[in-house]
Amino acid sequence: MATLAPVSASAPPQEKRRGGGRAPSADPAVMRAGLGTALLFVGPYLVLFCTFVLAPIVYGLWISLHTWDFLLPGKPFVGLQNYVDLFTGGSTTSEPFWNSMRATAIFTVLSVPLLMALPLALAVALNKKFRGRNAMRAVFFAPFVLGVAVIGLLWRYLLDPNVGVVNYYLDQLGIDRIPFTTATPWVWLALVVPTIWWTAGYNMVIFLAGLQDISPELYEAAELDGASAWQRFRHVTLPGLRPVTVFVLTITILASANVFGQPYLITQGQPGGETRSAIMEIGEEGLRRFNMGSASAMSTVLTVALLLVSLITLSFLRERTPKEAKR
Amino acid sequence: MSTTTTTQRPSTTVTAPEPRTRSRVPWRAIFLGLLALLFLTPLLWMVSTSLKSTAEVSQADLSFIPKDLSTDGYSKILGAPQTPVGQWFLNSMIAATGQALLVLVVATMAAYALARLSFPGKRIITALVLATLFVPPISLLIPNYVIVANLGWLDSLSAVIIPGAAGAFGVFFLRQFFMSLPVELEEAALLDGANRFKIFLTIIVPLSRPALATLALLTFLTNWNDFLWPLYVLFSPERLTIQPGLSTLQSAYTTDYATILAGGVIASIPVLILFLISQRFVIEGIARGGLKG
Repeated sequence: MATLAPVSASAPPQEKRRGGGRAPSADPAVMRAGLGTALLFVGPYLVLFCTFVLAPIVYGLWISLHTWDFLLPGKPFVGLQNYVDLFTGGSTTSEPFWNSMRATAIFTVLSVPLLMALPLALAVALNKKFRGRNAMRAVFFAPFVLGVAVIGLLWRYLLDPNVGVVNYYLDQLGIDRIPFTTATPWVWLALVVPTIWWTAGYNMVIFLAGLQDISPELYEAAELDGASAWQRFRHVTLPGLRPVTVFVLTITILASANVFGQPYLITQGQPGGETRSAIMEIGEEGLRRFNMGSASAMSTVLTVALLLVSLITLSFLRERTPKEAKR
Repeated sequence: MSTTTTTQRPSTTVTAPEPRTRSRVPWRAIFLGLLALLFLTPLLWMVSTSLKSTAEVSQADLSFIPKDLSTDGYSKILGAPQTPVGQWFLNSMIAATGQALLVLVVATMAAYALARLSFPGKRIITALVLATLFVPPISLLIPNYVIVANLGWLDSLSAVIIPGAAGAFGVFFLRQFFMSLPVELEEAALLDGANRFKIFLTIIVPLSRPALATLALLTFLTNWNDFLWPLYVLFSPERLTIQPGLSTLQSAYTTDYATILAGGVIASIPVLILFLISQRFVIEGIARGGLKG
């Protein structure tokens, strides 16, 4: 299931914020439809939506209030005990969970800046017309269409301590072999580099779309004023990309915080569970050991953390909106 | 390349204007070309390694071009009953196509109603659906597992086709598109006595082909590449889809990378081909909607 992001850079929602549209009496005839007709149109989706989105949101919270072993018939209600355990040092769940949160935070902090800077640079460089531009755009984007399992297997090979390609070349250069997939701090490299290779093109595409919305006149004016390339980037491109940047930042933080396949396949949580991500911990706790109560409590804590982080990044957008509105 | 004044540029140009170039050496293209090559390198190594013999992969002396071209990896992986890559491939095709079709039908109809029809409860439904775009998918993992188990769908393709089609993205994406279509065509058809379904099928759907194609492609790609969910809800070797299937290669073949990467190549070819022929739709869809697997 994908993380889906609702903010569109180039097409702001058309309806008015308040009131959500026209009053029913003002509807043109073409919008009027019987309830039956409307239900036939929305009904099938609503059934799916209620079963697999709406109900699980509530059900997950409910599960988190129980000692819910999927394989046992009795699922005693324990109130907030699962949450208390998570926040009490020394309980069986708190240490692995907070270790995994720490790993997730480290990965996010290491990967997000690079996943912003490189795609932005690529987008600016590719925004100019030259031969081979579309082919290059396709090349930078292509790794994204490969699934994480392919990425994992491939980089596991490239970074293999014994027969891997990277270590072969290090050897040729007279550098000692590096245990990329089993020892700190190298494991972080083994997670971050493949992730950048995999998803940089995705962010690049969104930045490229954002660049199309910056009026060419602004560049012309800046050029007439004698602005250098860097000054044009700093004072025209960056401010013009602000909404897009906040959007990309938000989805990138969320994607990095949801990291799963890379540590599952490349480092396998090594060394000693140090690179085990939060999603990995929740998956193993809930769906391998079947302790669904504590796993659901972990999900809730992670969800709240993710929502807080999104709110904070999105607030960057709001701060500047009044100034931006004049454009 | 323009080297003189701005007047030479057509004023209607959509892309940002080209800055003046000082030298004739296309540094930008050269630098980007090298970077693009660097991006391609891992993929090229995957293909080259998959075409080596098992012995060659573990040799101390590595070469990019296989010294002894071998399809052992491919025959090994396609013939192994405990890692049925062909079956995984087929399962993924069925699941990804099935989910794309399901999303097309269900989300298109819902998006049309939410964009165009007025009926009681519409505002609440719209707000609820759009609000769930912000809900991190992890909060659905455990409860959806229980729900799918209760439906008897564990270890079956239904589990990887149906729940994923409930996401709000398709509805959000198409609703946005439908709202941008002019109402006049529908008005005319209504006056001609056409009913709602006829209007939907003969006016809206044909007008929306590019948007529908984009959504179908994005759904297909997301489903094909999904890993976390199928890894847990499917378990019999012959029921796996390609991504969780591939992840079992590591334990089955440990460091037999020729065989493992042959599996990687097989899994990558359809998505790469699909991407190359439909680049425009995929990239446009992401630029407009934003969707991350």
